[in-house]
Amino acid sequence: MTILVLAEHDNNQLSSVTSNVVNAASKIGSKIDVLVAGFECQTVAESAAKLQGVQKVLLADKKIYEHQLAETMASLLNEIVPEHYSHVLASASSFGKSILPRLAAQLDVAQLSSIVSVISDNTFVRPIYAGNALETVLSTDRIKIITVRSVAFNAVMNSNSAEILKLDNATTVYETELLKRELSSSKRPHLCDAKIIVSGGRGLESKEKFQITIEPLADKLGAAIGASRAAVDAEFVPGNFQVGQTGQIVAPGIYIAIGISGAIQHLAGIKDSQFIIAINKDPNAMIFKAADIGLVADLFDVIPEIIERL
Amino acid sequence: MKILIPIKKVLDPAVHVRVKSDESGVDITNEKMSINPFDEIAIEAALQLKESDATSELIAVTCGADDAVSVLYSAMAMGVDRSIHISTDMELQPLAIAKLLARVCITENPSLVICGKQAIDDDASQVPQMLAGLTGWSQAMFVTEIENKSENELLVTTEIDGGLENLKITLPAVISTDLRLNTPRYITLMNIMKAKKKQLDVISSDSLSVDVEPRLQTLKVVPAPDEREGEIVNNVDELIIKLKERTRMI
Amino acid sequence: MNSENESISFDVLIVGAGPAGLSAAIRLKQQAKKLQMNLSVCVLEKASEVGGHIISGAIIESRVLSELFPDWENLGAPLYTKVAQEFFLFLTQASYFKLPIPTQFSNNGNYIISLGKLCRWLALQAESLGVEIFPGFPAAKLLYSSDGSVKGVVTADMGLDKKNNQTDHYQQGIEIYAKQVIFAEGCRGSLSKQIINKYKLDNQSEDQVYGLGLKELWEVQESNFEEGEIFHTVGWPLPADVYGGSFLYQLENNIISIGLVVGLDYKNTWLSPYDLFQQFKSHPYIQKIIKGGKRISYGARTLSEGGFQSLPKLTFPGGMLIGDSAGFLNVPKLKGTHMAMQSGVVAADALIQHFKGNVNLANKEVIGYGKQIKENWMWDELYRARNIKPAFSLGLKTGLLYSAFDSYVLRGMGVWTLKHKHVYLQRKGKTKKSISPEYDGIITFERLSSVYLSNIHHIEDQPCHLQLKDATKAISINYKQYASPEERYCPAGVYKIVKQPNAEVRLQIDAQNCLHCKACDIKDPSQNINWVVPEGGSGPNYAMM
Repeated sequence: MTILVLAEHDNNQLSSVTSNVVNAASKIGSKIDVLVAGFECQTVAESAAKLQGVQKVLLADKKIYEHQLAETMASLLNEIVPEHYSHVLASASSFGKSILPRLAAQLDVAQLSSIVSVISDNTFVRPIYAGNALETVLSTDRIKIITVRSVAFNAVMNSNSAEILKLDNATTVYETELLKRELSSSKRPHLCDAKIIVSGGRGLESKEKFQITIEPLADKLGAAIGASRAAVDAEFVPGNFQVGQTGQIVAPGIYIAIGISGAIQHLAGIKDSQFIIAINKDPNAMIFKAADIGLVADLFDVIPEIIERL
Repeated sequence: MKILIPIKKVLDPAVHVRVKSDESGVDITNEKMSINPFDEIAIEAALQLKESDATSELIAVTCGADDAVSVLYSAMAMGVDRSIHISTDMELQPLAIAKLLARVCITENPSLVICGKQAIDDDASQVPQMLAGLTGWSQAMFVTEIENKSENELLVTTEIDGGLENLKITLPAVISTDLRLNTPRYITLMNIMKAKKKQLDVISSDSLSVDVEPRLQTLKVVPAPDEREGEIVNNVDELIIKLKERTRMI
Repeated sequence: MNSENESISFDVLIVGAGPAGLSAAIRLKQQAKKLQMNLSVCVLEKASEVGGHIISGAIIESRVLSELFPDWENLGAPLYTKVAQEFFLFLTQASYFKLPIPTQFSNNGNYIISLGKLCRWLALQAESLGVEIFPGFPAAKLLYSSDGSVKGVVTADMGLDKKNNQTDHYQQGIEIYAKQVIFAEGCRGSLSKQIINKYKLDNQSEDQVYGLGLKELWEVQESNFEEGEIFHTVGWPLPADVYGGSFLYQLENNIISIGLVVGLDYKNTWLSPYDLFQQFKSHPYIQKIIKGGKRISYGARTLSEGGFQSLPKLTFPGGMLIGDSAGFLNVPKLKGTHMAMQSGVVAADALIQHFKGNVNLANKEVIGYGKQIKENWMWDELYRARNIKPAFSLGLKTGLLYSAFDSYVLRGMGVWTLKHKHVYLQRKGKTKKSISPEYDGIITFERLSSVYLSNIHHIEDQPCHLQLKDATKAISINYKQYASPEERYCPAGVYKIVKQPNAEVRLQIDAQNCLHCKACDIKDPSQNINWVVPEGGSGPNYAMM
């Protein structure tokens, strides 16, 4: 039983989520390889080799892998996996989610999406119905193809020095062409796929105060801005900012609820968030029951302080 | 252009999710069922492509028991030309659905398959990628913009983590639609009446000789924990320390 | 919005796919088939699917269903649980007394059902008979012919934003014409209300009086479940001068239906039917049953309690009223479904006779319906029940005494007819403010978490469907004189007084939480709130209420 982890990277840097996926892999078994496929990505392979628990790093360094398009990556994996691996893991990011199901179908095995916990080498827990329920699934396939919700697992230490093995595969070339890949750095992320959301409620008191309080914090964190329905109704922000059952259902890594009381519809819309922080001056606010960490304080006092300290 | 739109009947998003007390699954008895919202976006995308090319033919397809046809009528009421119902009483997992669809792709030979990016019940997000894998076609997932470039090419913008990607894909291809691609149109009463007269073919899944046996076994389903720890910290210092410790994202 | 609406014609249009409307549709098609008449029947329903807005106890008598479908059992009608054991209790805060059950109110042989499920089943039968049913299309406006008769309705526009502007997805409503329009909207129908006013249908009758029913479904522990057991209660927690009572019905699969009906003619502005309902569940007798269980659904709806005295004239040129739109409900029995269905059947029969004679009788008045209903058993039943509710306006004890006397001795045949006393809300100073309740989140819950269980859905960006005729009255009258009773009687917490520093007090209307119960349209002290239909498919999505 050997596990292959598909590394996520941009040819220069290994994405931090790969470390979390390696940790998930270590809960399945102890033989873990990492595949780094890309172009001129030796440094990435070196970073991957440092991840604790990794046995060896496979490096497929070729022009055709430069953009790591799903078609090519699935073909490459299809050549490597069947003979050597019992499990293939990748992050449940757009990268992993594009490639692994394609691979699974080609291998005629099922795929398990966004697991949040490992029960055994064939049994996993994953959220369904937008995080409203957790399903424990057993896979009967010979190879388990799994995407991992990275925030559900810790990162591993960088204390290893695994062997790096260069691959020389001849993958089918597809006609899909990458024209442009643009990471939004200045642009604020969208609510539905933001890693961090800073959300404001009626406690912000006015449109102006909402702006001068929430925006700087969101900027600092590279976060999307959301709002409760009360804040939208009071016209602090437009309707497309609304988070909740009747607005946008969100699932960020961190959700920061500021001056939001926590109406049930709002809570239903943020339930799938990994980590919820509530700041409200009313200690009885419902939001505290739904939060991982709460701070009872006047938001106008503490938000500037938080910005300063981050 | 011939476009195939696979759709799924799911628990309506307005219905609160209730897990059965025997932990065997989510209770959907008597609850309102609807077209998967992402599939509605796929239908809208197809309709918009047809608006720029009137010769297009749009075909909706769904797999499942007899009552699944209701979503096909909704699709046809939105403007899809005809429908295919792959009928089965088996529980179908994404791989099985992709295999059945791949068979339909052989007989219908569409240039483009547009799927919703995921069904809001199992949240798997697998069928479009699997279908692309089985057919060997190009794929573009989580599409937020489509431009019909020529007979056999499509320019699409897709969502990637933290950004966007522009792809040129060669047809035939499978794409999946993200939330921001469009807002689906309303179904009108007149179009519901028209939809009743449109063609709906029923194909038994057995007749497609595909292995649809489930590969995954659900051992139990439990409600997500309702309440969190709700640990109250005393000041900003503690908040930031905990935040860094617990999330490792900041 | 200047462009012409599209239009379509049917022989009969029915507004509302509840038990009355669906029974009428089914009967029309059945009779037309017998007579080899071509008759097109269209049913409009504002819920996103049939049954989505249906809420009722419910215990029904199967007689009308048998009349429509003698073999309903074989056809799979969802009537599974017969009433096995029945109690009538008088509650005090900590205890209870069993009261005798008047024989005419006995539920022996009746079924405990989900009315929503029954409606879905009826809709399937109707569709197989050729009825066109359109869920998600509310009838928003009435259309009249030049001779003053009802010509049809216009369905609601879709895709208007909050400020009434057309969005990219705007779809204009369509005009639906029919030779007869049957209004089956249930209690306080928004079009029925206009029809009653326009044709002065209530000139000869007493004002309608209403009750507000609140209901929850619970999945209880197996050991606490007794299939087929039902009881009704009076007394605690309702104050003695408030008419109403509770029900608890044990269906199947450990599901129980529990509810409280509160007469909306209560005087105390501080009274909160919602909180009384929550409090009711904390009674030891009730707690014993629901403890350890899980609440799975919540909803509310008003019902007509006027009975016989309040029945309006049922016909007018071009249309008729059936079901609870007309007020067909046996209040002491707490039952309206059989009457709603029967009124639909009688209306359908009258309509068929009317059309049979002369096809040119479009948009005329089907006088036969009004006559035939008086010859029907339901008229007799309503007559016998007529004095119970008015007697209760003399207080609970007098009411109970009277109803016992009326039911046991007179069997409803007393020669007098008691009048409903119309009392309005008293101003805030006149009554004592009640203490705001606490909710434990186990047995009792706050409003919004309840509303969540109704599977509510309204697109946020649409015109508010709870219209204030005069916006200033919300503060000048409701707030200042009555302490905003809408904050308390609304079972969905739609109305909220917002006080913010340095700002005027204002009324916030969270229309997207509206359960379509119509209590505000009824109870507002200055009749300033007008309930109109929102965009199609909005509102709760009840699964088995």
